[in-house]
Amino acid sequence: MADLQSQDYIRRSATNLTPPSVRHHELEVAKLIDVSRCIGCKACQSACMEWNNLRPEMEEFQGAYENPHDLNPGTWTLMRFAEYEDEQGNLEWLIRKDGCMHCEDPGCLKACPAPGAIVQYANGIVDFISENCIGCGYCVKGCPFNIPRISAQDHKSYKCTLCSDRVGVGLEPACVKTCPTGAIMFGSKDDMKDWAGERIAELKERGFQNAGLYDPPEVGGTHVMYVLHHADKPSLYSGLPDKPHISALVGAWKGFLKPVALAGLAFAAVGAFVHSIVAGPNETTEADEAHARLEMEKAKRNGSAES
Amino acid sequence: MSYPKGTIVRNSTLTLVNHWITGLCFVLLTLSGLAMFHPVFFWLSNLFGSGQWMRALHPWLGVCLIVSFLGLFIQFWRDNLWNRDDVEWAKSLDKVLDNREEEVPPVGRFNAGQKAVFWGMALIIPVLFVTGILIWEVYFGDATSIETQRVAVLIHSMAAIGAILIWITHVYAALWVKGSMRAMLHGWVTPGWAHRHHRKWFRSLVASGSPGPTPDSTAKFRD
Repeated sequence: MADLQSQDYIRRSATNLTPPSVRHHELEVAKLIDVSRCIGCKACQSACMEWNNLRPEMEEFQGAYENPHDLNPGTWTLMRFAEYEDEQGNLEWLIRKDGCMHCEDPGCLKACPAPGAIVQYANGIVDFISENCIGCGYCVKGCPFNIPRISAQDHKSYKCTLCSDRVGVGLEPACVKTCPTGAIMFGSKDDMKDWAGERIAELKERGFQNAGLYDPPEVGGTHVMYVLHHADKPSLYSGLPDKPHISALVGAWKGFLKPVALAGLAFAAVGAFVHSIVAGPNETTEADEAHARLEMEKAKRNGSAES
Repeated sequence: MSYPKGTIVRNSTLTLVNHWITGLCFVLLTLSGLAMFHPVFFWLSNLFGSGQWMRALHPWLGVCLIVSFLGLFIQFWRDNLWNRDDVEWAKSLDKVLDNREEEVPPVGRFNAGQKAVFWGMALIIPVLFVTGILIWEVYFGDATSIETQRVAVLIHSMAAIGAILIWITHVYAALWVKGSMRAMLHGWVTPGWAHRHHRKWFRSLVASGSPGPTPDSTAKFRD
């Protein structure tokens, strides 16, 4: 195998030092999912399984178009189907390809306690390095989009890699390559934004006044973006978060508490040490023993006097 | 267990075994917990074989801890009930810290500091247990919402830091007050130790003629 070590990290989980990052001269990439062009054929799901050699377990039919019914360790992308009745009473079938959004500020990476189990490359892709994963599930708590899934077999966390292995050698992700309608595009983030701009203008002309790009600034933008006909209400699309953000609870846990706790523990340890120097040991003296002996003998005398 | 002549039993053999099982669990939980809390401690995961092993063991150690601590709780709760002596003792904390214990009001089997450690742990360990169950990914990962788990993991880590702070105090006090380690390793103290640190307890034993650890023990004082 070729030398596949990465030297283009911009973030590495649970790491206090700068990760190897000299090969950073890369464009930021993005996948653009044009929901208005999607026909829900699930070819992207198949291509993802095909390229990544994934074969999720067969499930029972759940009475919905989703198959399987949710993301799982072997299903890294999933078509979600929502029926929406608009103000005019028209039925709209809103189909969204769900999967990792590859946040610029990844909540999973922030929450991860295992050094190097989650990394972000200079091109923006957030990748799970499974050999370092300890299976704690913290990434699940960090993620604003409810994406990572822990395998019950190997206790590792899995999600879309944005085909980092393909992108690394100049190929587009498998889902992009296979999409028959061109609803999934891939390129530099700037190009994708330009392309989205044109498409949004078209949609507005066609009457979708609220058409827009989903590139949520609360997580620093994402490297997977959507063109939505109803960008004012992302939650219509099977619960796409309106304002995705890393939970304040995770922020407190991973931001505030870590240094404060460390300082507190260090303070207690140093305090104890200083006390041991200043005050010294608390020894039982011969005087204490003498007092005790006296009281014991007195008690004994009284006891024998009684009996 | 046999004790040297003229000594007082501070802890029964059951208490000793129970205490050190609890202590071992606590130390292992602290090491693995800190490894998962802050990257500077992640190397501690090697003590458990690997990160995966550590992640798998930590919750089981927690189950052992709460069962073991329950045993200690049953043995200790009565002697840890708060009373007026504790207020007086706490008011003289400066003298206690200065080793001028002759000037400190006498207390029973446990002083206010020990009681604070006891009730602190008695409060925090169940909190750690419940929040720990909620974030036990293998068995309960799907049992609650992610938001619930976020709350749980934050409380779990804050509670753990609180417990470790109490533990540092506990360990330091045991090293500082000479004779305490022997009391928990071998179970006995000298009469002078009991007179100096827990005079009311000492007098209750003398009055009842009990060898300890409690005045209602039926056996007569050994001379």
